[in-house]
Amino acid sequence: MSRLERKADQKLRHFVRWNEQRVGAATGIKMAMRYVFPDHWSFMLGEIALYSFMVLIGTGIFLAAFYSPGDSQVIYHGPYTLLRGEQMSEAYRSVLDISFSVSAGLLFRQVHHWAANLFVASIVLHLIRIVFTGAYRKPRDLTYYVGLLMLMLAVLEGFAGYSLVDDLLSGMGLAIAYSVAMSVPFIGAQLAYLIWGGPFPGSSSFLPRLELFHILIAPMIIAILITVHLALVMRQHHSQFPGPGRRERNVVGTPMWPAYALRSIGLLFAVAGILFLVGGLIQINPIWEWGPYHPYLSENGAQPDWYIGWLIGALRLMPNYEFAIGNHTIIPNPFWGGVLFPMFVFGVLFMWPWAERRLTGDHRRHDLLDRPRDRPVRTALAAAFLSWVALIFFVGASDRVFYRLQISYVGQIHFWRIAIWVIPVIVFFLTRGVCRSLQRSGSHPLRAWQGVVLQRGADGELRLVDVSPDRDTPPDTEEPVGTVPGQEA
Amino acid sequence: MTRALRWWLRRPAWIPRPVRAGLAVVLGALALLGFAAPAPGSGGAGVGPNGVGTGPSSGATAVARSSPIRAQATKLPFPPGANDPTKSFPDSPQLRAQGFDLYESSCASCHGVALQGTPGTAPSLRDVGAGPVDFYLSTGRMPLEQPREEPNRNRPLFNRQQIDALIAYISQFGGPAAPTADPSKGDIAYGLHEFTLNCAGCHQIVARGGMSWGLQVPNLQEATPQEIAEAVRMGPYLMPRFDAKTIDQHALDSIARYVLWTRKPADAGGWGIYNIGPIPEGLVTWWIALAALVLTIRLIGERTA
Amino acid sequence: MNFLARLVSILLALRTVFRARPRQPEDEDDAAQNGADAEYDPSEREVPNNPSAERLVALLLIVAAVFGFGFLAVYIILQTNAQWLGGTMGGMLVALAVACIIAGKKVVPQETHVESRDRLLKEEEAEQVVEMIEEGGQGVSRRGLLAGAGGVAGAAFVAAAAAPVASLGPRLGGIHKTQWHRGVRLVDDQGRPYLASDIEIGSMYTALPEHGEPEHLDAGLLVVKLPPDKIHLPSPRQSWAPQGILAYSKICPHAACAISLYRYPTFQPTSGPPAFTCPCHYSTFLPGEGGRLVFGPAGRSLPQLPLMVDSAGYLRAAGGFHEDIGPSWWNVHRGES
Repeated sequence: MSRLERKADQKLRHFVRWNEQRVGAATGIKMAMRYVFPDHWSFMLGEIALYSFMVLIGTGIFLAAFYSPGDSQVIYHGPYTLLRGEQMSEAYRSVLDISFSVSAGLLFRQVHHWAANLFVASIVLHLIRIVFTGAYRKPRDLTYYVGLLMLMLAVLEGFAGYSLVDDLLSGMGLAIAYSVAMSVPFIGAQLAYLIWGGPFPGSSSFLPRLELFHILIAPMIIAILITVHLALVMRQHHSQFPGPGRRERNVVGTPMWPAYALRSIGLLFAVAGILFLVGGLIQINPIWEWGPYHPYLSENGAQPDWYIGWLIGALRLMPNYEFAIGNHTIIPNPFWGGVLFPMFVFGVLFMWPWAERRLTGDHRRHDLLDRPRDRPVRTALAAAFLSWVALIFFVGASDRVFYRLQISYVGQIHFWRIAIWVIPVIVFFLTRGVCRSLQRSGSHPLRAWQGVVLQRGADGELRLVDVSPDRDTPPDTEEPVGTVPGQEA
Repeated sequence: MTRALRWWLRRPAWIPRPVRAGLAVVLGALALLGFAAPAPGSGGAGVGPNGVGTGPSSGATAVARSSPIRAQATKLPFPPGANDPTKSFPDSPQLRAQGFDLYESSCASCHGVALQGTPGTAPSLRDVGAGPVDFYLSTGRMPLEQPREEPNRNRPLFNRQQIDALIAYISQFGGPAAPTADPSKGDIAYGLHEFTLNCAGCHQIVARGGMSWGLQVPNLQEATPQEIAEAVRMGPYLMPRFDAKTIDQHALDSIARYVLWTRKPADAGGWGIYNIGPIPEGLVTWWIALAALVLTIRLIGERTA
Repeated sequence: MNFLARLVSILLALRTVFRARPRQPEDEDDAAQNGADAEYDPSEREVPNNPSAERLVALLLIVAAVFGFGFLAVYIILQTNAQWLGGTMGGMLVALAVACIIAGKKVVPQETHVESRDRLLKEEEAEQVVEMIEEGGQGVSRRGLLAGAGGVAGAAFVAAAAAPVASLGPRLGGIHKTQWHRGVRLVDDQGRPYLASDIEIGSMYTALPEHGEPEHLDAGLLVVKLPPDKIHLPSPRQSWAPQGILAYSKICPHAACAISLYRYPTFQPTSGPPAFTCPCHYSTFLPGEGGRLVFGPAGRSLPQLPLMVDSAGYLRAAGGFHEDIGPSWWNVHRGES
């Protein structure tokens, strides 16, 4: 060992012993360092969400230092000339300040907003992976429920965050949210008045309360849920795909220290790096271009952020059913698309593990994942359900499709009202067929890998060995599947 | 290289034949639907009483102002304010004669030989003045192929000189002077304010265009101040019109200045991704940020199941 | 009757789909699934010898440092240029990311370990937990009484804990009232009152109540003028449109967006009637027919405000709205139609 290495060794020993004398956590630390992570890439989607959340906290603290949740109307006299002399709320003015007057303010605002979009996107992709590989089965159904709760909160949190700015676009969104709250049968008006502190646009305590929810209550709950979620994952150990040596009762993968820790930290830097690159180079939510919100103003082509897009699609698709009996409006129209639809989607997601248990009779514990093709009916059902939600999501943007492609908007709405029911059925049968065909052909569709690798045996010779998960016996005991070119058997 | 190509062409199809056939049928049906979809403007909009056009009255003389107006326009352009600047177009007997020739060959079939209009097809052009003629012709919105077609911006059929000729001819039939706008006299903040109140509902806040029931609303990135002034005072096609009391000359100048600004908005945040809001933002989230990260984790992790 | 029978048979058929399959045993001890595979052990440890990778990592760390100092420089000099700030910060983080990942895959030992998952449900321990809890209740005889009293106390506790939430919200009183009542003058967003002679056919005006609260939802009005042959109001409203001037709430009765699209045709036979459209979900209303809905999801027509012209020629409200403006709710006043 060189002198440098000896010194480093000494320092490390000193540091560890200092900690042990006070905390005595060696057993736990050893366990943590030995902890095994299966290596499939799709297992890291949840980490992308986790790291985006960390970026959100960091950038959010910065923004909270400058944001002011006031609804009192002020006249703008700041550096942005197009809004000079314009009347706006104090909240909007504070965000203009962040964007134009605070050093790195606009960067942190944009990184924060991109991170919020990425947070929900990575959760959705992670959810898709969970459903398509059957990872929600016992014992992980509890983890799955916690995850769904986090998804709901993340969507609400994002909506609350960009509504704090009180610009024209988000103000229109808040008015719609108010109408959705009002549409809850019987108690809707009380609920809306409760949240807004009165009729829209609400009392002067609405924005401060929304800020309280956004910077304290929701992040706290999400952080607690993340802790529970990760604790459960660690307790049960991560699931894994079947493969050589991988069984239900073991975990095969890379230990935390040193390789996985480095890769994971690398992923954290990658998430933060991409967010900062996008946050600096690609504009998001240029609120100075939208102008301040007033209830008597609106603009064409107003859209919510992408994770609310499914709701605007539902609100636009729904025919104008509004049932009233006498003086009572039983179901105001926004209820269908704004309340019933999301409740139904989340209801199906929550019920999924229970429904699968009931329909298959399988109450066993599962730690091995399925490849999607191994469960054609589940994969097809999930694909059909996803396509139903995704189509409604795309309909939400159909006015821009009209603008680009000159297809009648009215025609599109009529078409999609039927198509959102027909296309998922087609998707079901297509997906089931594809799964079955993939199973039969035994091929990996993305890479045509037949499961054969080149191995150097104990005798130093190269041979071709079949290590695909479909084979029955471990590879070392099998005959080689072929000869290596240039070598005799 | 060729080996790889051969392998690609010969690898086993993993979508079974009936599934492929089904896919072809579905995609073909969707494509046909796209073609069959009604053109904007004719779908969804109710139509009023529709007299069948009997064509222009035969044997009409060049300037037959005594012929009755057969199809009145539902709205005519407002005049500029009393002291407001107007745009004057060149005028001469030669221009008028040229205009007459052009009119007879390109416009009279719908708008009538005596500019009296055709019921159910095209409005009369009497009393429209120079503004609408200049607007519709320099933006290529007229001549229309079909009367029910939406008049969208197009390559103009006529050059400037021919347009002036047509203006000279048609202006004889009455109508107000054409308005004009000078962006340099406008206040851009006031322009944003007025634009938001009166225009953004259809044209989108940074004039990127949009849609309404049964019509497409154009973006204004190619609009010139002259076109803006003319459009505001006349309300082309389905657009409302605004008189000098509602949008005075200063407001008009300011709106023109703002609209020109929207060609290059203040994108302090970087690439503006078309300035239409959350749709491209969502696309960037999934197809740039998340895609880059999925690529990253595929590099980090194993790919075999 | 026939329909009902068919419905019942469909529901019965659905029931068979959702009836539970026979429950398979919950095997924690399935021997075939258990333990490590005695024949094949995937553990391995590979100590790399990759000085070029190490050099690359070191280089990347230097690159990250350059970007990092670049960020500091940009922050101090340019201060607010998001592109340079984001580019340098992002560059630093991405360089660090690549360094860590290369280190994690090429520099440090690559290992595959096998760990066993322990049983989650340990029968004995679970039994002991149940027994311990139940032991805590030894000697308690009046369980029914205690359970009942506990239930009542629990309900009261939840109610008492939840009740203060009501402090957050005001009463619903006045929900039907708007700022518009007889005599209120219509002004524009700069406060200038509208003369009836200001209103022209084919144009669109936004009006607010004079001396009112423009930021309230009920304030905004859309005012248009239509020629008499285009006005077909229901009979109670014949006097609501003096000189053909019509006023409607600007707030869409679907989801409270401001209605800001107005189409007025230049030539009606080829392009349809005058109409208001809401930009949010494209509910479309006809001002000439009392705000009747012709397209879109709104459940009510657009509320109309009766107008009058005062002696000085100014437009004033001739009364309040006869139905509630804004989105529908349980007790919304829906109006005559």
